[in-house]
Amino acid sequence: MLLPDAESLLEQLAERMRGALPPGTGLVGIHTGGVWVAERLHRALGLDVPLGTLDVAFYRDDFHKRGLKSGVQSSRLPFDVAERDIVLVDDILYTGRTTRAALNLLFDYGRPGRVRLAALLDRGGRQLPVCPQFVGGVIDMPAQGPMIVLHRSDEGRLSLALEGAAGTAADPVSR
Amino acid sequence: MQSNPQLGPNGELRHLLSIEGLPRDVLRHILDTAASFVSVTEREIKKVPLLRGKSVFNLFFEPSTRTRTTFEIAAKRLSADVVNLNIATSSQTKGETLLDTVANLSAMHADMFVVRHASSGAPYLIARHVAPEIHVINAGDGRHAHPTQGLLDVYTIRHYKGDFTGLTVAIVGDVLHSRVARSEIHALSILGVPEIRVIGPRTLMPAEVERLGVRVFHNMEEGLRGVDVVMMLRLQNERMNGALLPSAGEYFRTYGLTPQRLALARPDAIVMHPGPMNRGVEIDSAVADGAQSVILPQVTFGIAVRMAVMAILAGNG
Repeated sequence: MLLPDAESLLEQLAERMRGALPPGTGLVGIHTGGVWVAERLHRALGLDVPLGTLDVAFYRDDFHKRGLKSGVQSSRLPFDVAERDIVLVDDILYTGRTTRAALNLLFDYGRPGRVRLAALLDRGGRQLPVCPQFVGGVIDMPAQGPMIVLHRSDEGRLSLALEGAAGTAADPVSR
Repeated sequence: MQSNPQLGPNGELRHLLSIEGLPRDVLRHILDTAASFVSVTEREIKKVPLLRGKSVFNLFFEPSTRTRTTFEIAAKRLSADVVNLNIATSSQTKGETLLDTVANLSAMHADMFVVRHASSGAPYLIARHVAPEIHVINAGDGRHAHPTQGLLDVYTIRHYKGDFTGLTVAIVGDVLHSRVARSEIHALSILGVPEIRVIGPRTLMPAEVERLGVRVFHNMEEGLRGVDVVMMLRLQNERMNGALLPSAGEYFRTYGLTPQRLALARPDAIVMHPGPMNRGVEIDSAVADGAQSVILPQVTFGIAVRMAVMAILAGNG
């Protein structure tokens, strides 16, 4: 399967967000890929409010199955959340469970005025009523298909790759 | 070969009983996770939902205020239900055995036991007898180990010093009776501290302590020279009454940490103490309250470290 070029998706996404963010909007990247995308958007859109980052590890709904992986990052919101316009940024939008976890985490910092969602790529397969306001692109992937993973090179270039299998029994090559 | 009873078949942490024998990766995972819990304690709502619906039982067979309180706060910040057992008024005084007590509490659907006991090995006994989904944390057993104290101490060192590989660390005082000292020595050596010193009178130094990989000093001034970290130990009052020490005043004159003695350490050296402190016995107030003291931050970090241990255990099924 041919994946879209992440750098072009990023340009598209920035274009769609330009002019849509009122002054004082807080951009919040979700670790890890969402933070890379949010950093680039923050620069491209020339936002004044510093970038926020969230690691949803402590809010995941599969914690009791998967446990705590190493490499949990600290969440940082360097602005007051209360009544603020917030845009959550993720890399690949899939089941919507990460977005649910990020919303719960965000609300433990305060009550935002409005929350919108931006994703570099929407691959479909939602399991929760989550709908992005801004996307760089959309592709239709089978729900049990392989994972789409965002990579960042040493020079900071973003790219997409297929990795392993998202599903369980449906995928015969998963080891 | 005897396998480590704390680890599961895939090397995952099932219980925290002692730092001895834990892989460096496990310690690093705990410290890294603790760092992200520190950011939780700085926000408006200081709670995460990881242990929602789980019950943590604090089983303290020996008195403790600080350790029990920090475990309780840590469990509550993970959204667990916490039950504190006051053992002095429990069935133990009516003759129930330790394992019967634990079996009864397990029948009440406990998910985790935090155990402090005057007998070395009591948490091991409990860990061997609980159902596989129940986790046990040692909160201090006899003279043996106090692993979460050792972990919060190395967390504090990493916070202020960044790295372990170039450090000289001195542990001062009653090493003989100290489970804290033993846990600290294991944690420091696993994390790669190249020089660990123990300083104290011969009567309070275990035989063959060198086998733990430490340098022994009986002279406080010599031992403190050039160190990056001074870890004080509490001198228990009851030691004063026995034959091991002449008097509190005499001990302070020889091994008390005064500003003059601290000046022999590196200028950026930090001073730590597990509490509760005996001011004027092992440590001078001017040092305890001074600019190099990180004794209160240790308490704060202790909550994040205990949150990390509980969350990692609960996540390992």
